[in-house]
Amino acid sequence: MMETITQPWPWYTAGIIIGLIVPALLIIGNKHFGISANLRHACAACLPSNIPFFKYDWKKEIWNFFFVGGILVGGIISTLYLGSGDNVIVHPDLAKELASYGITDFSGMVPEQLFSLESLFTVRGLVMMIGGGFLVGFGARYAGGCTSGHAIMGLSDLQWPSLIATICFMIGGFIMANFILPFILHL
Amino acid sequence: MENKTNQHTNPTDFEVRSLDTMCVNESELKHPWYYNLKYSLVGIIFGIVFIKAEIISWFRIQEMFRLQSFHMYGVIGTAVVVGAISVFLIKKFKVKTIHGEEITFTDKKFNKGQILGGLTFGLGWALTGACPGPLFAQVGSGAIVILVVILSATAGTWVYGKFRDQLPH
Repeated sequence: MMETITQPWPWYTAGIIIGLIVPALLIIGNKHFGISANLRHACAACLPSNIPFFKYDWKKEIWNFFFVGGILVGGIISTLYLGSGDNVIVHPDLAKELASYGITDFSGMVPEQLFSLESLFTVRGLVMMIGGGFLVGFGARYAGGCTSGHAIMGLSDLQWPSLIATICFMIGGFIMANFILPFILHL
Repeated sequence: MENKTNQHTNPTDFEVRSLDTMCVNESELKHPWYYNLKYSLVGIIFGIVFIKAEIISWFRIQEMFRLQSFHMYGVIGTAVVVGAISVFLIKKFKVKTIHGEEITFTDKKFNKGQILGGLTFGLGWALTGACPGPLFAQVGSGAIVILVVILSATAGTWVYGKFRDQLPH
């Protein structure tokens, strides 16, 4: 039993549990699944700066902070008690490509050689962490939601604008991963 | 569209809050703060799945965008099917919340943001290898430096809010 838990879980197990989060949030409090709105609530709470977009009662959305807080705690529990400690298995083609940029450490799910305090002071790290984060936060709000809000909640509710957003997420990702990221990783 | 709402009166709290967001519902009930811990519990389960199914892995996201692995497509696809069946059943049987409130849905309106913002988000997603949810799980997994990514994402959201009126919608 424990062996099954400590091994990486298959896609269908994860998909079913994540799918069930949609009705879980609806049934426990009429909440729509969404994560990126937290970043906006954080702005509204800490730095509204008289910007109309942040002038609302963020305390009404406090459930969302509790929700992401749970995700963080879940990450801690899972890493401390439910992990196998094995390297992440990486597709051979990807491993070969990454090796050509000097990325060879597959011990963590977040590659140390790209995402670390030291790499924050390199151009590559700066572009990936600061640049990537900025695009994620800006784009998610501009689109009106992120993967959880549009791709999962929106599609579950058969909202066609969410389908458009999801398709655009994927197009953006394909362009970055295949055509732009190789140059960034070369830096 | 929303920008053109009455210029003379200030928009209501609800009008502002429901701009560019998924969840617009609010409860009429007043509960003590610790009732929110039920959301934390759901979050904990979510966080565990993120790690155990390697959804927070930068490598899995790269494989997804390079069509080298079915894993992420399987996760998101299954989640949508399970979510859609759940929403269908909730609507069909008019299921209420555990506190007896009605469960409500709001139709999304199309605007150019879903295209332009969606593309921007996608570019960032392939760089960080994580969308907003996994970022928090990554921090939990010990990658403390990801806090910098979250801060930068918050800055991105702030800049969007600042220049929202000048952007095409």
